[in-house]
Amino acid sequence: MRYDQATWTREDGDENADTYEPLLAEKRSTEVAVDESPLPDDLTRESVALPDPSEPELARHYTRLSQMNYGVESGPFPLGSCTMKYNPKFTEDVAALPGAGTHPARSAASTQGTLELRHHLQTYLARIGGMHSVTLQPPAGAAGEFTGILVAKAYHEEHGNDRNEIIVPESAHGTNFASAALAGYEVVSLPSAEDGRVDVDALEAAVSDDTAALMLTNPNTLGLFERDIEEIAEIVHGAGGLLYYDGANLNALLGRVRPGDMGFDVMHYNVHKTFATPHGGGGPGAGPVGVVEELAPYLPSPQIEERDGEYERVEPEHTIGKVHGFAGNWLVLLKTYAYIARLGDSGLTDTSAKAVLNANYLASQIDYEIPFSPFHHEFVASADRDAADVAKRMLDYGVHPPTTKWPEIVDEALMTEPTEAETQAALDQLARAFNNAADDSDEALETAPERTAAGRIDQADAARNPRLSWQALDN
Amino acid sequence: MSDTGRGSPFAPHTDAETTAMLDAIGVENQEALFDIPEDVRFDGEFGIAPRSEREIRREIQLHLDRDDDLTAFLGRGHYDHYVPSMVDHLADRSEFLSSYTQYQPEVAQGFLQALFEYQSMLVELTGLEIANCSMYDGASALGEAATLALRARSVDGTRVLIPELLADGRRAVLENYLAGTDATIERYPMADGNADREALADTLADDCAMVYAENPTVRGTIEEGLSEIGELADEHGALFCLGTDGVALSLLEKPANVGADVVVGDAALGLGASGGLGLGLFTTHEDFLRQVPGRLVGVGEDSDENRAYTLTLQTREQHIRRERATSNICTNQAWVALRAAMHAAWLGADGLVGLAEDCVTNARDLADRLDDIDGVEAPAHDRHHFREFTVRTDRSAADMREELEDEGFAVHAIDDHLLQFCVTETNAGQIDELAAAVEVVA
Ligand SMILES: Cc1ncc(COP(=O)(O)O)c(C=O)c1O
Repeated sequence: MRYDQATWTREDGDENADTYEPLLAEKRSTEVAVDESPLPDDLTRESVALPDPSEPELARHYTRLSQMNYGVESGPFPLGSCTMKYNPKFTEDVAALPGAGTHPARSAASTQGTLELRHHLQTYLARIGGMHSVTLQPPAGAAGEFTGILVAKAYHEEHGNDRNEIIVPESAHGTNFASAALAGYEVVSLPSAEDGRVDVDALEAAVSDDTAALMLTNPNTLGLFERDIEEIAEIVHGAGGLLYYDGANLNALLGRVRPGDMGFDVMHYNVHKTFATPHGGGGPGAGPVGVVEELAPYLPSPQIEERDGEYERVEPEHTIGKVHGFAGNWLVLLKTYAYIARLGDSGLTDTSAKAVLNANYLASQIDYEIPFSPFHHEFVASADRDAADVAKRMLDYGVHPPTTKWPEIVDEALMTEPTEAETQAALDQLARAFNNAADDSDEALETAPERTAAGRIDQADAARNPRLSWQALDN
Repeated sequence: MSDTGRGSPFAPHTDAETTAMLDAIGVENQEALFDIPEDVRFDGEFGIAPRSEREIRREIQLHLDRDDDLTAFLGRGHYDHYVPSMVDHLADRSEFLSSYTQYQPEVAQGFLQALFEYQSMLVELTGLEIANCSMYDGASALGEAATLALRARSVDGTRVLIPELLADGRRAVLENYLAGTDATIERYPMADGNADREALADTLADDCAMVYAENPTVRGTIEEGLSEIGELADEHGALFCLGTDGVALSLLEKPANVGADVVVGDAALGLGASGGLGLGLFTTHEDFLRQVPGRLVGVGEDSDENRAYTLTLQTREQHIRRERATSNICTNQAWVALRAAMHAAWLGADGLVGLAEDCVTNARDLADRLDDIDGVEAPAHDRHHFREFTVRTDRSAADMREELEDEGFAVHAIDDHLLQFCVTETNAGQIDELAAAVEVVA
């Protein structure tokens, strides 16, 4: 069976031959003068020009655009580190319930039901992570990192410690470095050991009185469990630093080991990964942060606490303040709650079992070198040729390719995370895509993809001549 | 499938498949795949009982039913505008909703085009050349603007001037975004709700990296001399950052015309009933293109020389530049941006301007009604207003807020004798009832 990812195919002589779907502005646009407004003229603009297609036209526009977009329901989506699992439909209905989103300035007394749900979710997440307290405020994983590092910073300051370094393994996600830098820290990059894990000797040499924290994900970005985690924790704690857990890879461990039990002091949960909230073409997600008891007084304000059956917004004693203007991406969090409730203990535990099973099964079916093992929910294969070309060719075989060229520790990396939601048949389809691409000629790879909505896009050229709006198109 | 307690309903393996897969891997059982030392293993339970869809929907509904059914006249950055059904139905298409950042643009042309259209609409509304395709919310967008100002400014000024009256959330988030820098935040005074331009002129100097103003302000007043602030900032080489929202932009002075260098804010479009999701606007001048935080969609060509969309200028971003990136943002609010674009296109220029004009007249009507009531003076500031305004009260504002809640209305109490009311098309129909309730409690 052949699967073309471009539902819409160009024909010679098409009226809009160079666009699949004209821009809204190319359809119909109207300029409206602002001259009879209820405000004095000197406070208003002169006019506004915006597209104004009718609703039927808009419905067709966006339907057509959606058909030129690959999502989790289109086919396998093994984008490593992103946990592109199926997003259960009922969670959308839950988030759409009337009253699900109340104004964040509503009083606690008048929103006891919502606050109780928030409190339940804080409790669920704390149990899953082995943490003492959880804030739901950060709107994404990176925002969670930033929050967690600010918490660590406030803790050190409160204890009179002047520490200016955060250690981040070389193979970590870019946001770890950027979040630490945003919080004002020097970032010390830690090389990996030969086996792909933290080099314990190098860590020993790197920690000092200046170490505020080590940021780590476990399993790491190669899918390997940091077996020395207890020793690592000892080294960092011994130097007076804190241990931060990047929760991006939690899908591998649910119910088997908890960050809190491994010695982590502060962590973020990435709910759009682990807890199946939709990735929305880039977001919104949410990045709740959990901390051990000692760090709870530093959490963002407000925290939801229960006293005698009443739910209150409380300002933690040494709060870092706020990391979101309102109450975070609450509707995403509500979906998270619904998903965790649906799975419960047995479902969460099974999730990791099947995520790890799927990654290992897929790995056993592909003809690629996988330099580092034993891996868990994801593995990093080496393409042995340009990984980006292999990825483009995989598009032609009807699947979404893995994350490419990261982590750099694997040559031409194909970072692959199928998630628990794929069937054996879907994994076989993915394996065929991997293997067919491996067998294809260099030329086939370089000219790929050919069965997609657009041919290979020249990204370098687009960056050289940036045109970022329809207003810039005539230039 | 409908069972609970047997594992994940979203992991589709039959027992036979699991066995076959384990055989293919060459291990005995699933647990053999976990390389976790015994010492750290968790052998407890979360104590979370799995429930059915039906049970969970009912459970959550019952919780939400416990929230009081109030009519909210709340704003201060978070606005409830009616979102047409079309937006929910089309944005919920799973190809949009379940996709992710467009790392493979050849199979993401649809979302990329929609984001490009979103960026273009913001370019039109602000008059600035560059719009990114979303920040978390207005507060983080303000924080990002300040870090941009510190990076981009050639002189080494570190003072960031913000209005004395500012939403707590915005100020607190800004403080955190600047916690890692040597910047200092200073508040400049307001005069009758608006920026005190004379005081601002006195304090603005060459050591300022950024001046921030809002239009409308947090109290809903409309600024009257923004271009003066723009000129002042320009004179001292400070960045002028303007906070606003997607609806106000269609009516109030165009930011580019008052000298704004960066425009930030909460979108106010596409959110749905009182949100629960943010969308931070971020637009700026071409000069700062390489300093922009977050993702940008650009136009290029594919191998057949046809127009194609792609994420661009990614060397600014964390996955390439790491600790030297312009921002740490990765996952953003793209789907809310898609919704905002759909909403704006559905309204069209006419609809959007009309909506904005109603924000002026509705607020004016409500203020007039309230001003007739003994014991309150509305609006408290002698200014034009957009969507919301403050009200001076003889009685304690906190008491009145609480009593209004008993009458079925949620409003802000922002000072001992100041209430704040926000009115949009979603609550304009209840102005009479609100005025009657205020009369009772005044
Ligand atoms: C390992 C890792 N850490 C952190 C992040 C950042 O999370 P987010 O994109 O939600 O900000 C990601 C995901 O993109 C990731 O893969």
